[in-house]
Amino acid sequence: MGGPDWLVERRVAAAERLASIAWPTSHEEIWRYSRIDQFDIDHYRPMSAEELGPVGGETAPGGGPWAAEAGERAGMVVVRDGRVVHCELDPGLEAKGVRLCDIATCDDDQIREALGRASSQSEDAFTVLHDAFLAGGAFVSVPAGVVVEAPIVVLHWTEGDQEASFPHTLVVAGEASEVTVLDRFGSPNTDHLVDGVVELLVGDGASVRYLSIQEHGPRTWHIGLQRALIGRDATLHTSAVALGGAYARLRSEAVLAGEGAESYQLAVYFGDGTQMLDFRTLQDHAAPHTRSDLLFKGAVEDEAHSVYSGLVHLRKPAQKSQATQTNRNLVLTEGAGAESIPNLEIEANDVRCSHASAVGPIDDDQRYYLESRGVPPEEAERLIVLGFFDDVFARLPLTSLTRRLRSAVVDKLEHRRGAAQ
Amino acid sequence: MSVFKIEDLRVSVDGHPILRGVNLEVRSGEVHALMGPNGSGKSTLAHALMGRSDYEVTGGSVTIDGEELLGLPTWQRAAKGLFLAMQYPVEVPGVRLDDMLAAARQARHAPVEDVPAHVAQEGQRLGVPVALLERGVNDEFSGGEKKRAETLQLAVLQPKFAVLDEIDSGLDVDALRDVARRVEAMTHEDNLGVLAITHYARLLTELRPDRVHVMLAGRVVQSGGPELADRLEVTGYEGIAAELGIEELIVETRVEADPFGDPTIGNSPFADPLA
Repeated sequence: MGGPDWLVERRVAAAERLASIAWPTSHEEIWRYSRIDQFDIDHYRPMSAEELGPVGGETAPGGGPWAAEAGERAGMVVVRDGRVVHCELDPGLEAKGVRLCDIATCDDDQIREALGRASSQSEDAFTVLHDAFLAGGAFVSVPAGVVVEAPIVVLHWTEGDQEASFPHTLVVAGEASEVTVLDRFGSPNTDHLVDGVVELLVGDGASVRYLSIQEHGPRTWHIGLQRALIGRDATLHTSAVALGGAYARLRSEAVLAGEGAESYQLAVYFGDGTQMLDFRTLQDHAAPHTRSDLLFKGAVEDEAHSVYSGLVHLRKPAQKSQATQTNRNLVLTEGAGAESIPNLEIEANDVRCSHASAVGPIDDDQRYYLESRGVPPEEAERLIVLGFFDDVFARLPLTSLTRRLRSAVVDKLEHRRGAAQ
Repeated sequence: MSVFKIEDLRVSVDGHPILRGVNLEVRSGEVHALMGPNGSGKSTLAHALMGRSDYEVTGGSVTIDGEELLGLPTWQRAAKGLFLAMQYPVEVPGVRLDDMLAAARQARHAPVEDVPAHVAQEGQRLGVPVALLERGVNDEFSGGEKKRAETLQLAVLQPKFAVLDEIDSGLDVDALRDVARRVEAMTHEDNLGVLAITHYARLLTELRPDRVHVMLAGRVVQSGGPELADRLEVTGYEGIAAELGIEELIVETRVEADPFGDPTIGNSPFADPLA
């Protein structure tokens, strides 16, 4: 698969570890309610170097409509099947030392040092598998003090039945820098496995906004780890939008490593058909005066299921810290279901912490209220569900995508209605 | 000229008869006050008229211009020209007022383009701040703000008849005046007919009724002109009951303080710590 020696060695080491790793089962708490028991590693094969093609070999790497939908941007990386095929960056930012390039091919010592720094702390079978087949990915580095105004857009597209790809996004934000990164994942109606890792290394005093959008086709599996290390007085906003996939799992982890660090985790998801959307979150407070807020909101209809399982961990040094964790689920049809499991682990004695979770149908009182104004029941339901999502969409860092996301939600609602008629 | 007619309406909740034959008739442009103690069945009447599902109609008829409303779903009753201003307006975060009212207008084949302008204009007239209108419907509104917003919706939707369920509760003097004056203006300008449910006479100093009705134990036991409200102030409901030889004032075994439960933000599935 090529790349520098250190990367090849890293793959070999991971492949050796993989041989001795036991594949997870749903008996493990972290995989409870998941579809891991339906997973068969032998069903997929990694793509060969020939199939992936030479780096930069893409003839029309423009990013298509997705690039246009992202609006104004500071840079763009196009990733196909886990391999970077196109990379562009505002020359003005390049002059300031911002790097945007392919993990596997760009000549930057920083990559070797940073790659795996976050993800290796939260290893599981899928991260080891990922490391064993890592073919490249987006590397975003912003030097100390540099502010990148427009977002950096990373577009991932994967296809190929019974094939697997291993995209990686590595963001290194230097001290007091600012950057917004969009990762957008998609695939056609293909029986594909995406085993992805996102690492966000947020330096002291830096401010990072990260948005991931997952719109895979209905037969694609996506198993992802997104882990952030947040430095002193730094702020991280992460948002995840999950709409696609057969089984899509995201571990969203924020480690508040430096004093005064802040993390805001937001997610919105909508499952239909037989989809399962699975979220495992961690708010890991390891330093004093840290703050984390988490809000995950989702809906399920048809036979779809969702899982939310989250841990707030306030470690001993995390005095004077505060954390909130909220998960709200709308269950729109009888065959659908949502699990919500919030957990707290508090070792410090001077902290503020709250959590809330809810699973239920559309509120009868809200429906009656709208109907009493003269809104027909189906339209009332549509407005209430859209309102449930709009509440989160309004806070995403890229408002240019709101219309697109909203129409995806409407499509899901209408498809069910269409099917019922 | 339209007529809103309630004839011998009987309603049960959880198998208990609450309304035991209610008769009322309101015409366009008229204001009728329906007064009665807590538990006499006033709010049950309001929700039964609007067709709330847990209120079982066991007899009678409710018509607008002869067209039967009972049996129609709630939204169609609204489309036929009935509006209920709720005692406890429900918070619907994320749903914009403009969108809700446009959907309501659309369903009755009325134009929707002018909804935002109409909302803005009524907001100004009723003293509803613009910032409030940008939020979700009633989302974290104060009690008074909710009542102003109900009145705003009434003005934008322009029904033939409005049932105001304790629109005066939770209002300060200024808000009460603004709301009452706006409703009164609609009775002149738009020929709106009003059934105002209240147990305080103070609403009626601003919203002058043509007729006053007293409800006790699920029936309208006395009707009269505005002077009936003044008399009530003196005698109380017990006085009226004694005059009429009625022993039972209320029907509900439990005081139905709030059929929607406490709209506490913390219990809402939409509460949001990041807001």
